[in-house]
Amino acid sequence: MKVFYRPFSCIVVLLLFFMSSTTYAGSASNGETSKEGDPVDTKEEIDAYIRHHLQDSHDFVFYTDGKTNTHYGFPLPVILWDGGLQVFMSSKFHHGETVAEVNGNYYKLYHSKIYKLDGPDDELVIDEAGHPTNPRPLDFSITKSVLGMLLAGLLMVLAFSALARGYKKGPIPTGFARVLEPLVIYVRDEIARPNIGEKKYRKYMGFLLTVFFFIWILNLLGMTPLGFNVTGNIAVTVALAVFTFFIVQFSGNKEYWKHIFWMPGVPVPMKIILMPIEILGMLTKPFSLLIRLFANMTAGHFVVMSLIALMILLKAQFGAVGSTGISLVLTLFITLIELLVAFLQAFIFTMLSALFIGMAVAEHDHH
Amino acid sequence: MDLLHDFSPGLFFMQTIILLILIFLMRKFAWKPILNSLNDREEGIQGALDAAENAKKELQNLQADNERIIKEARAERDSMLKEARVLKESMITEAKDEAQQEANKIVAQAQETIEGEKKAAIAELKQQVAAISIEIAEKVVRKELDNKENQMDLVDSMLGDVTLN
Repeated sequence: MKVFYRPFSCIVVLLLFFMSSTTYAGSASNGETSKEGDPVDTKEEIDAYIRHHLQDSHDFVFYTDGKTNTHYGFPLPVILWDGGLQVFMSSKFHHGETVAEVNGNYYKLYHSKIYKLDGPDDELVIDEAGHPTNPRPLDFSITKSVLGMLLAGLLMVLAFSALARGYKKGPIPTGFARVLEPLVIYVRDEIARPNIGEKKYRKYMGFLLTVFFFIWILNLLGMTPLGFNVTGNIAVTVALAVFTFFIVQFSGNKEYWKHIFWMPGVPVPMKIILMPIEILGMLTKPFSLLIRLFANMTAGHFVVMSLIALMILLKAQFGAVGSTGISLVLTLFITLIELLVAFLQAFIFTMLSALFIGMAVAEHDHH
Repeated sequence: MDLLHDFSPGLFFMQTIILLILIFLMRKFAWKPILNSLNDREEGIQGALDAAENAKKELQNLQADNERIIKEARAERDSMLKEARVLKESMITEAKDEAQQEANKIVAQAQETIEGEKKAAIAELKQQVAAISIEIAEKVVRKELDNKENQMDLVDSMLGDVTLN
């Protein structure tokens, strides 16, 4: 209990501390959506600010001073594939304010996306939907999300290789490894074994454990005021679900394919009707995974930031202290729920992946 | 929110690469050794438990054996005692019978001897009585026949007797 209790209280203290700093950033301008020196204080501005945060970003900004319009943070490397590899630092964009010129190519950052321009004075062409129609070069940049992934990966490698090394000293882990070991056992005994089966689960442990801890750590990183929103990014969840999809298809045995293309035990017309449904089912399973993770994490970030924004929006009705109090209580409450959701979503993704794999490798001894 | 517009192929690619590398690294440096160690440990624990269970069973077997041996020994002792008792009784009866027979024999012999002795004694007594009677008779006759008169009387009486007969 003591081991658990201390980090937990630390997290709460950190949250309280950073919530205030996030609000600080909330009241600042991000240069794009509002006029200089004007704090983010209208509904539209807050909405735009939250949407901006939910997107990936090419630089790492901790805090923006709206009055002087200075961003405190660091730029990240941009790697583009545009008739050749184009590598430069995102500081060239000046947070989207200027056009970056690299090897005779011109790029503009607009709502966290990079568009190609024909010349230094060219302007983006915006269509009715609000999206620029300019071409988008393939963007392999080390964005904030990629940095988050690398950070999560680094944490995982460090923590779990330490746990692995610990076993060389003795069969009982010590220190922090004692917290990690039950988690590994949990994934093995509660997720992999019951769903995939005693005989075959071992082969999929690498994927399941990696995905579980990867998602969980990224979800938790998303709760820190560093502002990562990796698992709330559709490209990331698509990639994760694609992994599950391919692993399921490649591990599918004869029975699995038979159940999809020629369902045993039903009349022939039913077999023909069931075939397209089953083929669709192959795709909807991983699709539900990617949408669930994306929607839950995005919604979580949205709700937490909206509740923080109440501090500003309710100031007129309840005064500074009242609105801060309401916002603090609600945010704390939702943050605790999000802490649970962070684990829950990692668990559900891994659990369902294991379930789908289990369905593909299951041996049917009936029919 | 426009999901298709938000989808970044570059980020998708980066995520795929990072995840592939991460799975590879974690498998090699973390999951394999961790799961192997866990398995080893669990097998060790299971082995120890099994060994303990076996030892317990063996102990129980041993105890059962001991009990069985004790019971057998007790039964053997009982049967030996019983046998001894039977033997003792039979010996006693035998001895009694023998003694009885011997006693009977002795008694019979004694009776025989007594009978013989008695007969001999009676015969002797008879002889002695006869001798004594003759002596007495001799003495009486001698005294009676001291004078003539007496001799005559006697003869007369005797004759009288004879006649009467």
